[in-house]
Amino acid sequence: MLFEGYSTEGFHDEMFDGDGSPRSYARLLFERITSVGDAELRRYQQAAEQALFRMGITFNVYGDQAGTEKIFPFDIIPRIITAGEWSQIDQGLRQRVHALNIFISDIYGEQKILKDGAIPPDLILTAKSFRQACIGLKPPQGAWCHITGTDLVRDKDGKYYVLEDNLRCPSGVSYVLQNREIMKRTFPKIFDHSNVRPVGDYPSHLLKTLQDIAPQGITSPTVALLTPGIYNSAYFEHAFLAKFMGIELVEGRDLVVMNGYVMMRTTKGFERVDVIYRRIDDDFLDPHTFRPDSMLGVAGIMDVYRAGRVALANAPGTGIADDKVVYAYVPKIIKYYLGEDPILPNVPTYVCWDDAERKHVLENLDKFVVKAANESGGYGMLVGPHSTAEQREKFKHAITADPRNYIAQPTLALSRVPVIVDDHFEGRHVDLRPYVLYGTDTFVLPGGLTRVALKKGSLVVNSSQGGGSKDTWVLSC
Amino acid sequence: MGSFMLSRLANCLYWMARYVERAENVARFIDVNTWLSLDLPGGYQEQWSPLISTTGDETLFAEHYERASKRNVIHFLTFDTRNPNSILSSIAAARENARIARQYITLETWEQINRFYFATQAGAQSAASGFEPSQDFFSEVINASHLFLGTLYATMSHNEGWHFSRLGRLIERADKTSRILDTKYYLLLPSLDAIGTPYDDIMWAAVLRSTSAFEMYRKRYQQISPDRIVEFLVLDLEFPRAIHRCVVSAEASLHIISGTPMGTFGNPAEQQLGRLCAEMNYVQVREIISGGLHEFLDDIQIRLNLTGEAIHNAFFALQPVPAMAQNPGGRQA
Repeated sequence: MLFEGYSTEGFHDEMFDGDGSPRSYARLLFERITSVGDAELRRYQQAAEQALFRMGITFNVYGDQAGTEKIFPFDIIPRIITAGEWSQIDQGLRQRVHALNIFISDIYGEQKILKDGAIPPDLILTAKSFRQACIGLKPPQGAWCHITGTDLVRDKDGKYYVLEDNLRCPSGVSYVLQNREIMKRTFPKIFDHSNVRPVGDYPSHLLKTLQDIAPQGITSPTVALLTPGIYNSAYFEHAFLAKFMGIELVEGRDLVVMNGYVMMRTTKGFERVDVIYRRIDDDFLDPHTFRPDSMLGVAGIMDVYRAGRVALANAPGTGIADDKVVYAYVPKIIKYYLGEDPILPNVPTYVCWDDAERKHVLENLDKFVVKAANESGGYGMLVGPHSTAEQREKFKHAITADPRNYIAQPTLALSRVPVIVDDHFEGRHVDLRPYVLYGTDTFVLPGGLTRVALKKGSLVVNSSQGGGSKDTWVLSC
Repeated sequence: MGSFMLSRLANCLYWMARYVERAENVARFIDVNTWLSLDLPGGYQEQWSPLISTTGDETLFAEHYERASKRNVIHFLTFDTRNPNSILSSIAAARENARIARQYITLETWEQINRFYFATQAGAQSAASGFEPSQDFFSEVINASHLFLGTLYATMSHNEGWHFSRLGRLIERADKTSRILDTKYYLLLPSLDAIGTPYDDIMWAAVLRSTSAFEMYRKRYQQISPDRIVEFLVLDLEFPRAIHRCVVSAEASLHIISGTPMGTFGNPAEQQLGRLCAEMNYVQVREIISGGLHEFLDDIQIRLNLTGEAIHNAFFALQPVPAMAQNPGGRQA
């Protein structure tokens, strides 16, 4: 029996109560899992993994031998979120993304929030992701960040917290859609009467969001997705989204600025592009404006953008709102622009830039998770309680040398879900990345990427650090 | 998808199909040669070096191997990654092109090429641990290629991209049929003296089998005769691996892509291919033989190469931005 000996060990478990009985909303799932039998369940698990491999749903591992591909490990036991919980998440995300968009507009516009002293101006102006070149830009509908992927976690008490915002090129949504497909293919019975909200319409919403920002007067815009190419770790996702929206997947070398427009090289000459969903960072977007050594971008594209002849999603400059130090101020930002309290709280965060807070962090390094402001993918991180004295010493120096670049958060007891480990279930820590589309309308995908730390006891869920994923079920009632 | 197509993608689809076709042909050569060596007496058994001539990689082979033994030749043609035309290299290249064009091709097509790649890799792994690739392996390669072709045909719109893939496949196929015929003809020519021996028949039948033409040839001409075989593999308009049939269909795809009416040309590729088709329409097999089959086939290969280059220049090469259109400022809004 797979669940024999399963222990919740003082963590919030997404499937079981503290006393070990399935939560009311997970009872149907529990019954189904236990009724199919151990051997069959393991067969489903294998079938799912084989399908991923066969379908080439793989990612490239940076620093690994060229051409090495791995599947993003997938566990077939879904994670369930109730309609009530989701309603709070949905509202909270709408509020947060709305406020962040106003904030970015303000930062590249009047800078009221800085003038009023609600946020220290130095902090913004010294951010690595602050783009001088974006000052004065006015994207359509005041929308800067059209696609957001916000990371949420649950603590011991079962409460949701925002762990970080990803406003540049958040990835992972293709795995959400693909995981659901694989689940339906390998384990169709499990969906009966489960009232799971569908996720398959995401590409349609994304396409509409992109079409909506087309330059004025363009009724049927040519939309393209700009990828760094097949060696990028998210190439699968780029191809997947382009395919499901029926738009072009382009690389920088396919595009050229001509007569004040962005054009792509086709077999019949040059064709105009109106909207670009770019999946390369600001830094690489335009060698004329940003990094001159970039081979991935398009020379002169920022001039066309400023002239309103091409739309970019997300807009250049949005990175300012996903600086991890700025994150600490998001509750203030929400209050400042909307006059509301945040529906989804932040994880308590210490900003090392502040003298008193830094002192506290340095004295308690073994209790905190320390993160560099501009790193992602689990890099540039210290997990205090699991760290060695040597690692702490290294971070101490790094923080003292560049306090602006670090924040610290208490280690949370992230919630856990059962995953299949060989012949039984074990609890593993998870987070959740829901996706929000913002523009003429706001759309929150009911679900999101549930990432699982596959190493026992690990709190790091990133795919680049050996994490896996699960299908996320948002219940409709 | 709009009415335009990225040059880079068109290039990928063209080469994706070409590489799969290449792998299939190499598998055919080896397959047939293996069968043949089982049937023939000692003196004929070690006929492995002509296979290297068939693919045109003699120099590369000589760099890495001392002797054209069966084992060396098969390894070179099948799994050697130093040989860009080996089955493994070709399938890896086809898959890489498919991966780049993944958003354009259908899921079914992608899955098929992916499966093909992993099966070939598995073959390479078992070869690395000492197992020679079996007859079954080569049949699997041929089947996987057919499945790929069928999937492409049945799931993808027959649009510009599809025609580019067809173009790549047919040009590769015409080239390979001409090479098989060329090398085999020379190899078999001396044995014309021994007409009527069972081996003569067997060897000519092998030429036909190399191109899957055996049954269709039998239906058309019944008796094995070198001239008839040349006629069938060069000039037949119904058999899908005959050179004439390949170039005529390639020409049709080229004109569908460009929109230029048949009988005229809008770019050097159409001019090249159109001229080749026209000549093949009117030439007769006795003229070919009396003028020298080798010279004739050599000329076809050169012209197919030129056509390939012309296709590249017309559709795939980075077109320079027209000088008058450049606008460095681009801020006149």
